[in-house]
Amino acid sequence: MKTILEYQEKFRKGEISPLDLLSSCLERIDPSLNAYITVTEELARKGLEKSTEGKLKGIPVAIKDNINIKGVPTTCASNVLKGFIPPYSATVIERIEKSGGIFTGKTNLDEFGMGSSTERSYYGPSKNPFDPTKVPGGSSGGSAVAVAMGSAVISLGSDTGGSVRQPASYCGLVGLKPTYGRVSRYGLVAFGSSLDQIGIIGRNAEDVGIMLEVIAGYDPKDSTSSEKEVENYSDLSKPFKNIKIGLPEEYFKQINTEVHSSVMKIKKALEKEGISFKSVSLPTTDYIIPTYQVISYAEASSNLARYDGVRYGLWANGENFRDTIRKARDEGFLPEVKRRILVGTFVLSSEAIAEYYERADLIRRLITREFNEVFKEVDCLLTPATPTPAFPIGERTDDPIRMHVPDRLTAGANLSGIPAVVAPAGMIGKLPIGYQLIGKHFDEKKLLSIVRLVEENVPFKGFLNGF
Amino acid sequence: MDFKKTEYKPTIGIEVHAQLKTTTKLFCGCPVEFGGRANANVCPICLGLPGALPSLNKKAVELAIKAGLALNCEINAKSIFARKNYFYPDLPKGYQITQYRFPIASSGEILVEGKKIRIKRVHLEEESAKLIHEEDKSLVDYNRAGLPLIEIVTEPDIDSPDMAVAYLKTLQKILQFEEISGAVMARGEFRCEPNISVSKKEGELGTRTEVKNLNSFRGVKNSLLSEIERQIGILEEGGEVEQATIHYSEKTHKTWAARTKEESSDYRYFPEPDLPPLLLDTKWIEEVKSSIGELPLKKKEKFMKLGLSEEDAVIISNSVMASRLMEETLKIVDAPVEISKWILRDYRSLGEPDIPAKDFAGMIQMVIEGKISRNAGAEVFAEMVKTEKSPEEIVKEKNLSKISDSETLEQMVREVFEENPDESTRFKNGEKKLLGFFIGQVMKKTGGKADPREVSRLVSEYEKKY
Repeated sequence: MKTILEYQEKFRKGEISPLDLLSSCLERIDPSLNAYITVTEELARKGLEKSTEGKLKGIPVAIKDNINIKGVPTTCASNVLKGFIPPYSATVIERIEKSGGIFTGKTNLDEFGMGSSTERSYYGPSKNPFDPTKVPGGSSGGSAVAVAMGSAVISLGSDTGGSVRQPASYCGLVGLKPTYGRVSRYGLVAFGSSLDQIGIIGRNAEDVGIMLEVIAGYDPKDSTSSEKEVENYSDLSKPFKNIKIGLPEEYFKQINTEVHSSVMKIKKALEKEGISFKSVSLPTTDYIIPTYQVISYAEASSNLARYDGVRYGLWANGENFRDTIRKARDEGFLPEVKRRILVGTFVLSSEAIAEYYERADLIRRLITREFNEVFKEVDCLLTPATPTPAFPIGERTDDPIRMHVPDRLTAGANLSGIPAVVAPAGMIGKLPIGYQLIGKHFDEKKLLSIVRLVEENVPFKGFLNGF
Repeated sequence: MDFKKTEYKPTIGIEVHAQLKTTTKLFCGCPVEFGGRANANVCPICLGLPGALPSLNKKAVELAIKAGLALNCEINAKSIFARKNYFYPDLPKGYQITQYRFPIASSGEILVEGKKIRIKRVHLEEESAKLIHEEDKSLVDYNRAGLPLIEIVTEPDIDSPDMAVAYLKTLQKILQFEEISGAVMARGEFRCEPNISVSKKEGELGTRTEVKNLNSFRGVKNSLLSEIERQIGILEEGGEVEQATIHYSEKTHKTWAARTKEESSDYRYFPEPDLPPLLLDTKWIEEVKSSIGELPLKKKEKFMKLGLSEEDAVIISNSVMASRLMEETLKIVDAPVEISKWILRDYRSLGEPDIPAKDFAGMIQMVIEGKISRNAGAEVFAEMVKTEKSPEEIVKEKNLSKISDSETLEQMVREVFEENPDESTRFKNGEKKLLGFFIGQVMKKTGGKADPREVSRLVSEYEKKY
């Protein structure tokens, strides 16, 4: 396994060139896994020619196809954006370019980020590299597969309810959802704006920390981005002293027993390092899924209203103006997105807003308060990342309720705006499984330091292709 | 029909949309330009492209605070942007960013012709794009999309179309003088939507209708008169007024009700997640406060201290235009009472015209210095308004300078006595009431350019001498 710093050391020593690395990455793209919607080989080569110095010099990065790169199609895995080429880059893209990073391509996702399996893509499902009959997780499935199969050293995804962490768990990777506002959302196509956060999927905590140093920080183009100083997230040498970690009992219910024991192994390893554990309770956990659904659907119904095929995207020639738009939306969106737009429109309607949206907003505040209370006693929480390892392709596509089940463990961090990281806990059979750490606002460095500590004590052995 | 002669009483409230005087749009850096090439001033943000986010324009917030203060509102330390969701081709995002439950300013009032009009709220919002309809197609100009607007909403305190127009004129002047908005109606910078209901005196409020498409003050007055008449007509026949949008044609001066079916849109308002709550610190509000002019009550006191009667001070301070002229003129001519007389009589009778204080002061100065007579001053003033020429130019052109040299005047007095031998004899024989006749004749000869007192003295002297 090679880290970003190790590759750069090899570049310096002349053992390999950035072009060699790019070529070997591109060779590892396995079309049968369907990780990419667009491969941007030419763009990557041009990026190398610029030879910008920086923390990501020569490092191939895969980008979820809901983050704009100027001049490269953004599809959001939706037919409704057919032919749309953004005239501007997201702030994170500009920052990666400035640090010398290069882009291997735009990765597959559930349409507009709405799903937990990367099956609901207009461009077909992505497959889990550990077992192609299983899903890679989602919605940032393509970004996870791209890194797991070695076609990119690191990737960006987006996490609205767990979309970075859940595929990281299914693909044996480190997936970070930063604090809301830590990373600029400018240029990320919105799904649930108050929940969306650009996240990172990498092979280890240090790589993820380096990427976070590059992309984090205030952006005047995103009013919700924080002015808080960017820390040295890649310096994970020593974790903080006297750390106490909470184990929220509700998070250990309704999960696979093997998942449970994997997480307990992590607990033991950390106890050996002198970290203490405490059982805590978060009674609102059972409200996370409905609350998340109402808020994210409501915001999605508003965010997706602009897609009418008139100014960009799919042009459907109807009999008149209304008909043209009706057709564009009918042909443009897959059923799950339509379902969420309809439900979201309903929960905001004057007849339902008090019962649904406003109540969800209230419960969201209760959930946040509960996390804050618990964080008075402990530094962070250790939980399973997903209730099970990756599930079979096709198992849940007709069952939206079951598809949402993994969100119970991840969406709380989105509702409360707090950071959470998923990292490999081991293997269950041939499938990887992750654990999750949930932290206080802007405590990314502490979370990554603990992941690093686990890496040193319980090294993950499941990496594919010699990675 | 004159509604004032009926038992019905109109109740009117008005919503005004005013475009704020900023150099860039409300949520992006695109320039604000009137009449630019279509779709030249656009970017991913105001086009609502996927992934773009709004960033609030600080200058627009400052101007909205200023508007709130100038309308005696409370400025809310926390206000919240909301999305108003509806689908229309001029709305690139499918929603408009506005303020809903928590506006930037609320609970204000202004005096209009001595009557208090309460301001319910002032809030910030973005403009939509402009639709241009051609025969078989519609075109969209996004230059207008995202321009900064404030919406100013009154309570239903207006009781006549004349008062509605007076309110709008006062509001327009406040926005213009404080440089909050250009507020030019013809450019769409100042748009109003009155709502109106009628009911029998002392009765309850009737069903209200909203009047749209108004581009002039005359249109406001005519449409409201016409709508009052329409509503009274319905009620008199035993019918019921239905909620409706009333359209007005500037060409035919007619109104018609559209979309009478009761289908109110559901805008699905919710807090805009892309913008944090707008928090204003007191220091900033105080800074803005110090940059705005005095409010009428304070002005009234100031004018009274300068020697004006309370009645005069009230009249002038209640008019933004008049008090502004008063203050500007005072800076040039230190004669408060004299200036107030000109404002109360000539300026008001000419309908509060827009004239430079420099010229107004110049005219008054000439009267005070005796260079022109008071009557000539009034003539100069009227001419100034008509031609926009300076008072000096007008005096020269019209030869209005006072004849003050005694020799010329004496000569004229002699001529008048010679031309009127009969009256001359009677006057000399003691018929003193003819003094007026002689003064009048001399004044006529001078074309009104002499000082009547000087003429009177010369006539008396002449009589004694001869």
